[in-house]
Amino acid sequence: MASNPHTDVHDPANITNPEHAEHHIVTPFQYGLVFLTLLVFTGITVGAAYVNLGPMNPVIALLIASFKAVVVILFFMHVRWQSRLIKMTIGAGFFTFLVLITMTLSDYISRAWGLW
Amino acid sequence: MDNLIASPHALEDQELMPGETVVHEPHTLLPQHRHHFETEEQQREAGSFGMWLFLLTEIMFFGGMFFAYLLYRNWYYPAFAVASNQLNVPEGAINTAILITSGFCMALGVWAAEVRKKKFLVLMLVLTTVFGVAFLGVKVDEYHEKYEHHHIPGASFSIAEFVNPAAYHIDERPLSPDMAQHTQLFFFLYFAMTGMHALHMIIGIGILGWLIWRANRGEFSTGYVAPIENFGLYWHFVDIVWLFLFPLLYLINRHLAH
Repeated sequence: MASNPHTDVHDPANITNPEHAEHHIVTPFQYGLVFLTLLVFTGITVGAAYVNLGPMNPVIALLIASFKAVVVILFFMHVRWQSRLIKMTIGAGFFTFLVLITMTLSDYISRAWGLW
Repeated sequence: MDNLIASPHALEDQELMPGETVVHEPHTLLPQHRHHFETEEQQREAGSFGMWLFLLTEIMFFGGMFFAYLLYRNWYYPAFAVASNQLNVPEGAINTAILITSGFCMALGVWAAEVRKKKFLVLMLVLTTVFGVAFLGVKVDEYHEKYEHHHIPGASFSIAEFVNPAAYHIDERPLSPDMAQHTQLFFFLYFAMTGMHALHMIIGIGILGWLIWRANRGEFSTGYVAPIENFGLYWHFVDIVWLFLFPLLYLINRHLAH
């Protein structure tokens, strides 16, 4: 990337670029690789659905979907090149979401405990 | 460098000695620059941050429906398995590819705005829209199929296919009438989730039209990328929702079909 006078200068007070964010431009070639990866894994997830893997079918489908989502988030949505502030925020958001799911599920799972 | 916000604020705060005057550095202020940001990077950072906070609330919003799906799927598993197998996998898979292609065009659009290629940006935004509309077209066909099969929850919903699948040439085990009623729950969640996803796409396509108009005027090819970039985040988020909807609604019971 081209040199940036804002990020290159010595800036002890963190005034010109407090997040130390380097502006990164993702190339069409990188986007193309991501695009191909997503298409290939779409094919894999359809193929895997017709193989009887017992209880592993939904697990594998969710793993593939999560992998694709992470690829989209990191590259199409540029999170890989974002500042720590944004990475932490996104991580905290997903973590909170998982906490909500887990707490609610634990309620439903344990409601009838001892009744059967 | 036209992306520069020269900030003289620090100077203004200083007390002046008698006879001293404030020397303002030259502002190279573009219309998109807001005066309360110190630098271009800070403004961009704040914009992305705000967009991500919005998307996180969207994750919670869709998450509620995903949770309802998870719960009822466990409670009424036989109904969900048979109902899920009535969805159209080829159309769902094609739609996934269409949506990924739309997202790819959107990503290329962000690149075009970054490197200031106006025509390529407009072309990519138009293609993003075209693939988005194509997705909705396939969705309409799928909804119509559900209508024909009386799979839309409500007064005209029919459990006939599920209590007597053999009569309809459906290769599934028959359900008891009681369990068959719960297929309505699956189809309700199917319409709620894909419908809310489609609504997000319709809103996105509306915004895309506005962005194409502005991009065509050259607003995003002089270093002002933020609206394109932030809309890209929204569009990719909608893609991600579908990446989960497709396997969960269409695929995960296919191995049970006989």
